[in-house]
Amino acid sequence: MIDARIIDKLKEIVGPDNVAAEIQDLLCYGYDATQMEFLPDAVVHPADTAEVAAVMKLANQERFPVFPRGAGSGFSGGALPKGGGIVLVTTRLNRILRIDTENLIAEVEPGVVTEQFQQEVEKLGLFYPPDPASLKFSTLGGNVAENAGGPRCVKYGVTRDFVMGLEVVLPTGEIIRTGGETYKGVVGYDLTRLLCGSEGTLGVITKIIFKLLPYPEAKKTMLTIFDSIDGAAKAVSTIIGNKIIPTTLEFMDHATLQCVDRRFKMGLPASARAVLLIEVDGDRELIERQAARIQELVKPLGLVECKVAKDAAESDALWKVRRLVSPSLRDVNPDKYNEDIVVPRSKVPDVIRRIEKIQQKYDIPIVNFGHAGDGNIHVNVMIDKEVAGQQEKAHEAIREVFQAALDLGGTMSGEHGVGLSKAPYIPLELSPVQIATMQAVKRALDPNNILNPGKMFPVGSTT
Amino acid sequence: MDPLKRVEQELKKCVKCGACRANCPAFSAFQREPAVARGKVALAQHILKGDIGLDDQTYLNMSKCLLCGSCVEKCPNEVPTDEIVIAAREALAEQRGLTTFHQAVGRVIKNRKMMTFGALAASILGPLFFRKVPQTSGLRLRFPLPFIGNTRHIPGIARKPFLDRHPEVIPGEPGKPRIVFFVGCMTNFVYTEIGEAALALFRHLGCTVIIPKDQQCCGLPGMSGGDLQTVRELAERNLAALERHQADYVMTACATCGGALHKFYPAVVGRRNPELAARLKAIAEKTVDAAQLLHQLGLHPEETGAGEALRVTYHDPCHLRTRAITRQPRELLTATPGVELAEMEGADRCCGLGGTFNVYHYGSSMAINEAKSRAIMASGASVVATGCPGCMMQLSDGLKQHGQKTRVMHTLELLARRLRR
Ligand SMILES: Cc1cc2nc3c(=O)[nH]c(=O)nc-3n(C[C@H](O)[C@H](O)[C@H](O)COP(=O)(O)OP(=O)(O)OC[C@H]3O[C@@H](n4cnc5c(N)ncnc54)[C@H](O)[C@@H]3O)c2cc1C
Ligand code: SF4
Ligand code: SF4
Repeated sequence: MIDARIIDKLKEIVGPDNVAAEIQDLLCYGYDATQMEFLPDAVVHPADTAEVAAVMKLANQERFPVFPRGAGSGFSGGALPKGGGIVLVTTRLNRILRIDTENLIAEVEPGVVTEQFQQEVEKLGLFYPPDPASLKFSTLGGNVAENAGGPRCVKYGVTRDFVMGLEVVLPTGEIIRTGGETYKGVVGYDLTRLLCGSEGTLGVITKIIFKLLPYPEAKKTMLTIFDSIDGAAKAVSTIIGNKIIPTTLEFMDHATLQCVDRRFKMGLPASARAVLLIEVDGDRELIERQAARIQELVKPLGLVECKVAKDAAESDALWKVRRLVSPSLRDVNPDKYNEDIVVPRSKVPDVIRRIEKIQQKYDIPIVNFGHAGDGNIHVNVMIDKEVAGQQEKAHEAIREVFQAALDLGGTMSGEHGVGLSKAPYIPLELSPVQIATMQAVKRALDPNNILNPGKMFPVGSTT
Repeated sequence: MDPLKRVEQELKKCVKCGACRANCPAFSAFQREPAVARGKVALAQHILKGDIGLDDQTYLNMSKCLLCGSCVEKCPNEVPTDEIVIAAREALAEQRGLTTFHQAVGRVIKNRKMMTFGALAASILGPLFFRKVPQTSGLRLRFPLPFIGNTRHIPGIARKPFLDRHPEVIPGEPGKPRIVFFVGCMTNFVYTEIGEAALALFRHLGCTVIIPKDQQCCGLPGMSGGDLQTVRELAERNLAALERHQADYVMTACATCGGALHKFYPAVVGRRNPELAARLKAIAEKTVDAAQLLHQLGLHPEETGAGEALRVTYHDPCHLRTRAITRQPRELLTATPGVELAEMEGADRCCGLGGTFNVYHYGSSMAINEAKSRAIMASGASVVATGCPGCMMQLSDGLKQHGQKTRVMHTLELLARRLRR
């Protein structure tokens, strides 16, 4: 599809050093965190909006697909060049353009790594709360495109809640700005919201205007250990019911705790069945009061133990329990499918029980942890790909897990998006009319189906 | 292909999450996926599958690694990318032969007489030779092969190597630890003051210090070029030299040598030569870094009287950081009277040297160093202390190119100076 002539044209646009068609480069831009692999025909590294626009114009003329890519840390295959075409990488679009301390906004390019941005705003006493676990390497563009979330979402919301405006190159190569720098604005459709979470199918984000907050004065971390999953779940609703919104409410189920303990000897009490990692932040006096109140509230709910961090080092030690989850899972089985369903907060125990049944039915270990505060559970189906039949069994189990979430009024994905991996399941959640509406939007913006084709919608459906 | 086969299981552990992008200095310099751990792992996987060969591209991509181990630290799945890169380089060397440069490196590091002679020649000729091009030029001695660059600043060479200056055994007080000192080439030939400082400090503590005369280069320069044959030979000779003495510790004052003895010998040489594995492991278990040992033995710099007031910043050498030796040198420095420790931003980030990396990718190496130089300057320190002579050379080069007068010192030197007062 892409021949030497097109490669030459791409080189004219971005410069010869910024187009790669060498097999080794192609191999290195064909994967992401899903571990699926597809080979692109070329990799392009534009430096600015104009270059991105020129690439999109060329793609429309010559009819080749373009796959936007940030850090390639996506969990749903959104950046994968299935079917071939070019991968458009945002690595060079990596400048923080301004941080406006008067209006508390910042303008950045999409290739900036999330943590770097956080550190820069924090130096000025400001705060950018979205904190996906991948923040040390994922890009802000990828975060916006996936509408990434993290532990702090309970209190602060997801990436979308901090995006005020965008500069976007449409699939046809035109450049538009959406939203703006004002907190209010009701003129026209809210294209900013439409683009957040569009998974690189509706436009290439080339600039982002973020809203910032003042950095909270202090925070307090607590690790609460319960003798049942219901106790932990009840704790979540009790705390929030009592009008305290913690910054984080991370939970780990029994299977997760066993994993961590087996590997890292955390010395958790034998009766521990679930753990909640709770953090509150804000005014120093207020958080002391909130922390004390939380401890009071959770005590009657089967609390086995509550550890409260006295300082940053102790807080770090408590977070360690959470951070060790990922490395310890591999002891269960070498491969995992990591799904991230969401249910209403109060339904967390129900869904965990349903998952336990699914696990028994298919006889595959499933480990659950996640953001209890917003009902977002990371369901890790642990398999060994080398054991015949396990992959198929896992797919069946996952379908049932999705169904369980939907039955309880939830959704199939809170963070990772649809991309390639969840596209086959999307009709479980969305009606034909919903899907058709979305596809109409896609067609209007991308008449030639150039930008990130084959993503989000089930295979075979017309896009 | 065999070397890669040996790491096949390790390759399977990578889940392509991208976490290694966070701190990879090679990625920061090249900004392209083949330079990051994930990319190199993917390429190694595709070599094994036969999708790509051991060709020029592979060579170039595999050369983009400083073996700093930062990806290994950050990897949630414990993928040993540094060992994978070494295996790939070995496979490349097997198939394509060693580069002329690495042939020379191998010849030199296996032959200490030649090294001594080269060093002597360079120490005499160097100043003469370079006087013609003052300021901007210097002699570059990674291994005693004089490389000549236009802008590099390279330290001079000692007239008399450290190993020739002292008897093999320097007895201490009875009942005090017996320490075998693995000196390393940089300390032996260039920064002999590090060796002297180590000696002074451990004698101060009453230790018996043994400096085996027949110790060799640790072999890491060869390893980074995939010359595992040379590394094996050197490892065997070093084993013999170190095993000859009854000692409580094998001590290094060079982070890189320490990394070799403590990590790479068992992991890389041991994987290839199982018959040596047990002996390598035994030495590895005894291997300690000088600062770690001083800390453990309870050196109290504060007892040794005050010196001039100094604002000091500390750079973590990769091969100490990856062994979690980060607290001890800092605590020793903080305890030293007059020393104020001013942390720099990114103290734990690689200085950009990376052995052979600096030779093949000098521009990128200095681009990585740029952030380091800036951080040192921003710290306001007049001295930057560190625990690796390689880092010292790289840090000096960077700072001098910025026209800075910041002194670069080994932690031991700073401590020993206070001792003499
Ligand atoms: C260990 C680990 C932990 C994770 N934890 C979380 C978590 O806590 N919360 C969470 O939400 N996610 C998490 N993720 C998933 C992933 O990190 C996020 O989805 C992240 O936002 C992806 O960013 P990226 O830069 O890697 O994007 P990529 O993977 O490169 O791309 C993701 C999608 O965004 C599109 N895209 C990228 N840049 C642009 C752009 N400039 N314009 C238009 N489209 C673009 C791509 O086409 C693709 O569809 C995690 C992933 C890993 C590996
Ligand atoms: S961090 Fe480890 S598992 Fe993740 S991509 Fe890098 S090498 Fe692979
Ligand atoms: S060892 Fe260092 S340079 Fe090499 S891939 Fe890992 S982090 Fe990058």
